[in-house]
Order: sequence, then structure tokens, then C-alpha cells
Amino acid sequence: MSRATQSWPRAAAAHAILIAYTMIALFPVVVIVINSFKSRNAIFRAPLQVPTAETFSLIGYQTVIEQGNFFAYFQNSLIVTVVSIALVLVFGAMAAFALSEYRFRGNTLMGLYLALGIMIPIRLGTVSILQLMVASGLVDTLTALILVYTAQGLPLAVFILSEFMKQVSDDLKNAGRIDGLSEYRIFFRLVLPLVRPSMATVAVFTMIPIWNDLWFPLILAPSEATKTVTLGAQMFIGQYVTNWNAVLAALSLAILPVLVLYFFFSRQLIRGITAGAVK
Amino acid sequence: MTTKTAKSRPVRWHIAVFLAPAVLIYTAVMILPLFGTMQLSLFRVENQISTFVGLDNFRTLFGDPGWSTTFWNALKNNLWFFIIHMLVQNPIGVLLAALLSNPKLRFSTFYRTAIFIPTILSFVIVGFAWKLILSPLWGIAPNMLDAVGLKSLFAPWLGQERYALTTLSLISVWQFIGIPMMLIYAALLSIPDEIIEAAECDGITGAAQFWKIKLPLILPSIGIISILTFVGNFNAFDLIYTTQGALAGPNYSTDILGTFMFRTFFGFQLQVGDRNMGAAIASVMFFIILAGVCLYLFGIQRRMRRYQF
Repeated sequence: MSRATQSWPRAAAAHAILIAYTMIALFPVVVIVINSFKSRNAIFRAPLQVPTAETFSLIGYQTVIEQGNFFAYFQNSLIVTVVSIALVLVFGAMAAFALSEYRFRGNTLMGLYLALGIMIPIRLGTVSILQLMVASGLVDTLTALILVYTAQGLPLAVFILSEFMKQVSDDLKNAGRIDGLSEYRIFFRLVLPLVRPSMATVAVFTMIPIWNDLWFPLILAPSEATKTVTLGAQMFIGQYVTNWNAVLAALSLAILPVLVLYFFFSRQLIRGITAGAVK
Repeated sequence: MTTKTAKSRPVRWHIAVFLAPAVLIYTAVMILPLFGTMQLSLFRVENQISTFVGLDNFRTLFGDPGWSTTFWNALKNNLWFFIIHMLVQNPIGVLLAALLSNPKLRFSTFYRTAIFIPTILSFVIVGFAWKLILSPLWGIAPNMLDAVGLKSLFAPWLGQERYALTTLSLISVWQFIGIPMMLIYAALLSIPDEIIEAAECDGITGAAQFWKIKLPLILPSIGIISILTFVGNFNAFDLIYTTQGALAGPNYSTDILGTFMFRTFFGFQLQVGDRNMGAAIASVMFFIILAGVCLYLFGIQRRMRRYQF
């Protein structure tokens, strides 16, 4: 009894802190998005007000769509992200299966070698990566970005997926072997479908840094035809610094797709983080 | 193919097939360039001929006044950047996680989802959004301070040498607080109920329970967060580049190793890009990160007691 009466001020305090922090976390995003729908005067006169019938304006979005190549940038980002994730998942799952399923000489060493990339950032090799891409004629192509992001995503994917593949029952795989399935079939038909939930987790983890990266698009593929959204928004805003409507609209356009994806996948992401950390 | 060698033990080609794509891409695009970069740092281009100069580039970087002032400044700034993260991001992250992990708390999914949002946004969005909010032109920040009677505290923080780096560090903290929060939250959830119940039977509740029971149990997770923060901070670039440009102004006060390497490698304004010096800075960054990771793996993680439940 006494505990119940004691706990309500404590719960109120907890809510107060969490609400305060939630506001700090959301405030900048909300300010940017609501002001992107307002006319220039209203942006400056009352920045914290939601757009009303008088102050509503889409002039910023108009400028962005007319002046910028945002749709092309979106397409580039989408291609790079989707292809990289697909490669990371397929190749990562194959390597994880080899490491977790078979005992062979050098198994542990190979696992450590692949795990190295979890801690050492790929950025440190940029000077040589650029040379490599110049030599192979891949500068200013999306292929260069895809290769880099695949290499960047593989270590963590192999690490997480092999943890999950160890949990797939041996009996099932051996039953498959007795039925005469080849090792490839066992992998693609039996194991892959069983680890699908963890593949989704890996996909979300891989996606965020790729979509948001500025460094490699800036260095490897800065041309107009290969710009990603992140780089495109960065350059567009740099050019239109004084056009507040356009800047706010460009920022909102860059925020929205990520937010939408996040609301679809947040469960997966949070479950992934919590599952990984419990290990 | 396998039948030929089947006498003793067949060569299991499928293992090689499964490993090959991942290992090839990883080696070609990540490991070889890393070593290639380190190799480049030992050469210098003179009269368009690349000559081996041993550790001369590093001597220049650490000792030549033209380079060393910038280098030590960037390293010092980077350390400060890291210290702010450790002092602000991780304690707040732990506090939020501790509050969220209370099973009786309502709306905890909502809080968790909302507080994690900044982490998924790109540096470009975060950098510009805060730049606009802190801008004296727009006046959101000064007006809000005015509302609570603290207008005199306002300064164009991003434009002043004294405050710019700390302001940027806090923006980065704002962005990444979700990661320590989530990892600690997960660690707190994995503490078995029996332990908590036993503590309650002994009369340890509330704050005392957190400090005496839960905190020791989540220390390994705090260790992981610290090393992740370390690697992330010494590899940072995007936020500074977006808000302050490659020159990391005002007057290099926000220059960190990432921006310094970018400027050196690509050149800026009158200085031409220098591949070899860029590679030297990348190598220094590599050894700093490697030292941190080794310290963590052999010094901290080994000594930490892990509790088996």
C-alpha cells in the first residue's frame, strides 16, 4: 500500500523528464517542417506558429522542385541503398552460413578478419579507394558507391547473421542432407527463410548509414547525374542559403522519406538493437 | 570435381563459394585500401616522381610548424568533442534508459520512438536545422530565451570561436543520444526479475537499487557505448562540414581530424590537395582508433566481470 502512494510522484517526475526530453528531440524537426509550409513573412514573424490559411504557402517546395533535381537524387539514393542492402544481405548471409555451419581450418581466423571492419571505419582508406575507383573508371558512377557500401555493411551483417544461424536446428539441416539436398539448397531453401527476421534487422541497420552518408558521395560521385539526396540537399542548401522557403522545403523533403521508413521499421530496428545487446 | 579427391576427404568447394563474394569485396574495397593508404603515407611526390621517404611525412605532421599547429589543434578539438559526448550523451542516455525500463511506465514505446528520431536523420538535416534555429537572423533561439528572461545569455554560438566547438558537440549529442539509450535500455531489460525481487526483499529500492544493483550489471554495455562513441567521434566529419564548411571555422576552432584530412587530401582555396599527407593523417586516425579499440578489448572488457544469469 505504502509503495503505491509513494510511486505516483515518482512516476510523474519520470514522465516530466521524458516529456521534456521528447520535446527537445522533436522540436527542431517540427519547427523545420511547419515553417516549410509558410510564406516568407510568416516564417520570420511567428516561427513557432503552425501554418494558417493566410500564411500557408508552398512556394519553397515549388522552388525546390523547379530548381533542384530532387527526383533524380531520390532515385540515385534509392538505387544505391537498395542494391547495397541486397548485396550485403546475400553475401553476408552466405559468409555467415559458411562460418557458422562448417568446421574448417582457418574458420576462427576468417571470422576475426571479417569482424575487423566492425570497429575500423572504411573512411580511413578513402585515399586509396579513390585511386582504385579512378583506376577502374568507376568515379562518378553509382557502382562505386554500391561497392563501398557493400564492403562497409558486410562485417556487421556477417557477425549478426552468424549468431542467428547458429540457432537453426541441426536436425533440420541433416534431414535435408539425408533427402539428398545439396549444401546450396540447404542454405537457400531451409536456412534463409528461417533467419528472415534477423535479415530485416540487418537491413535496417545497414540502411541508415548508407542513406545518410555524405562523405563518399562527395568524394566518389559528386557529379550531377550521380548525386544522392544527402549530397544534393547539402549542395542545394549551400546555393540557396538566403532563400529560406527553399531551404526549409529542401530539409523537409529530405526528412520525410526517412521518417516514413522509420515508422514502418521502428519495431524491427528497436527489437534488433535490444536483441543484439542482450547477447 | 569433389569425387576425384574423395579418397580421404572431399574438398568442400561450397565453403569457398559461400565465403568468396563477401571476402573478395571486403578485401578489395576495405582492407587493401586501408593498407594502401598506410603505404601512401610513406611516400612523397617530388618532381612528379613518388619517392619513399619513410616516416618523414609523420615528422612533418607532428613537427613542421606549417602542419603541426593545425594537426595538434584538430587533435585537441577532437578530444574535446569526445569528452563532451562522454560527459553529456552517455549519462543522459543512461538516465533516459533507466526511466524507460520501469515496467509500470506508460507510453514508453512512444517516448522511445520519439527520442530515437534524431538518430536516423542525416548530418545534413541535423546540421542545417540547428544552424537555422541558432541563427540570430531567424531569432528562434533568442526569442525562446527571451520568453524565460534569459535573453542576455544568447550569443551567435556557432559563429564564435569560444563556443562553436562545444555547440557542435552538443548538437551531435542531441543527434546520437538514442544509441546509448537503446543499448542501456536493452541491458536493463535483460536483468532477471529474481535479482530485482531479491533486492526489494532486502529493502533496496529506487535510486539505491539503481546504483547498487543495476549499474554494476550494465557496466559492460556502458563499455561498449564508450568504445562506439570513441570510434564515431574520431571518425566524424559530416556535421562539421555541413555547418561550418571544410575550413571548420571560425578560425579553425571546430577543426577535427576528419575535416583536416579532407582539406589536406582535396585541397582548399590556395592549397593544392596532397594525397600523401592526407594518407598520413588517415594513418594517424587509424592508429588512434586502433589504440582505443585495443585498450577496450584487452584493458577494459577482459577485466569487466560478466554475470551469467
